[in-house]
Amino acid sequence: MNLHVSFPAAFAVFSRNFLVWRRLFWPALVMNFGEPALYLLGLGLGLGHFIGEMDGVNYLAFLASGIIASSAMNTASFEGMYSVYTRMGPQKTYDAMLATPVRVQDIVMGEMLWCGAKALFSASGIFLVALALGVISSPLALWVLPAAVLTGLAFAGPAIMMSALARNYDFFNYYFVLALTPMLLVSGVFFPLDGLPAAVRPWIDLLPLIHAVELIRGLVLDVALSRPWSNLAVLSAYALCGFWGAVWLVRRRLLE
Amino acid sequence: MTPPPAPAKQSAYAVRALGLSKTFSHPTLGEVSAVDRINLCVPRGICFGLLGPNGAGKTTTLRMLLGLLPPSAGTLELLGLSMPQDELRVRAKLGIVPQADNLDPDLSVRQNLRVYASFFGLPRKNLDAHIEQLLHFAHLSERGHARVESLSGGMKRRLTLARALINAPELLVLDEPTTGLDPQARHTLWRRLEELKAQGTTLLLTTHYMDEAERLCDELVVMDHGRVLDQGSPRSLIARHVESWVIEIRHAAQNISAFAPLREWGKLEQHGSSLYLYTHARHEAMVQLDALAHALASPPVLLQRPAGLEDVFLRLTGRDLREDA
Repeated sequence: MNLHVSFPAAFAVFSRNFLVWRRLFWPALVMNFGEPALYLLGLGLGLGHFIGEMDGVNYLAFLASGIIASSAMNTASFEGMYSVYTRMGPQKTYDAMLATPVRVQDIVMGEMLWCGAKALFSASGIFLVALALGVISSPLALWVLPAAVLTGLAFAGPAIMMSALARNYDFFNYYFVLALTPMLLVSGVFFPLDGLPAAVRPWIDLLPLIHAVELIRGLVLDVALSRPWSNLAVLSAYALCGFWGAVWLVRRRLLE
Repeated sequence: MTPPPAPAKQSAYAVRALGLSKTFSHPTLGEVSAVDRINLCVPRGICFGLLGPNGAGKTTTLRMLLGLLPPSAGTLELLGLSMPQDELRVRAKLGIVPQADNLDPDLSVRQNLRVYASFFGLPRKNLDAHIEQLLHFAHLSERGHARVESLSGGMKRRLTLARALINAPELLVLDEPTTGLDPQARHTLWRRLEELKAQGTTLLLTTHYMDEAERLCDELVVMDHGRVLDQGSPRSLIARHVESWVIEIRHAAQNISAFAPLREWGKLEQHGSSLYLYTHARHEAMVQLDALAHALASPPVLLQRPAGLEDVFLRLTGRDLREDA
């Protein structure tokens, strides 16, 4: 399978999305930033009032880092499913692109980078709220932004694969309910994983979200990262395998 | 320093396909042949038509030509470059007007052209001027800022044509370009296509409209069941396959025996409720036909016209309605 990407072509795909997004900026802001910010404020201040500290740290800081990771996941997954599916199916945007020197791998790369950019946009918003709430103490915490991009890339590939397999929008419900929501609950976003049975832990380490949470939480709390290379390796592996799988499935759908 | 890519040899053909085939595996029917070893040679600078009923293999052929579907067998050269090896270089010189509109509904008219230019990696220098030219050509100069949804069907087609011309293609491929358009919009589009041909662009089009094919095409092939039935200019195909005149005897199908003597002058066929006489001897046939018609209680309506491509098409592909059509 030819995976050689033309980056100018991928950038053209990315830029097309950026152009459209600029026009739809306000609804995108509400979706990608407003909703997680409400969760952070509501749970952080409301629940945090009763909890105070979680795992030895301020609950608001604990939650903020979890929500940066989960909003990067959600934003990239939404973009990779609903938006990519719309362009692949109903709008035939990719058919139009494939009539030019742009190839499937360029489209997938452009879309994945775009998912990463949207994850960055969403994470930056939460980051600003966390900053305003006094949760962030060190400028080193800015490293959460590239970590959010990597998280977006890790979730983009699987989401685009779902789009290539979907026959309608309802298909995505399976992925959300069977994959993303359970992952959200077992990856330490809202509470630490100490309560989970030890036998389950190694399996959870195969999921990408826990690695995004560990990485981002360590950076937000300004503490030593426990296993940064494993975190980066797992997220990168999802990004790379996701790219490969997405190119394979999108090509199968559009060209055969 | 890397050597510059070898220049494409200046082939006299825009398209050269030899033994092009496509088979699909069907769950119950086994191997189904959609396109069966066809040969196509399209000289540069002409308008070439691909005709055939629905399911004849036109779209499959077109998709293989454009590199959107890998052929099962055969060799293919476009603009002197071999496919799929030189696919990217071919695409840079190709314009495509697809059957279904796939304009970008999220963008304005002008943005559609600008974004499409970026997919070809066209330099920004002079791009705005080129886009204005294309909008003028497509009669859309006033609509540059409009959303695509607000355009009429004819305007969308013209924008799709303008978009396909953004890279100044040497070969323009049009899949049923005027399906669903009103007569004015069709004539506007035809005029644009004629202008392009006059400028030296090779046109390759599929159509269901025989008047369109007769008007635009210098040469065409009629396909059915994945094979080429015949190839030639519209005039030569008409001369080869049908008599020069057609006389329709309206609502006379139940009286076919009364008109049987006309068989002396040509072919008498029944289609629907009418009888059709295909003949080279129009005057002699009309004299006899008048006599036969007047002998009837209610003389039928008679219509005569020169034979056209539609008669060729129907004779070659059969008049029966396709179940899969």
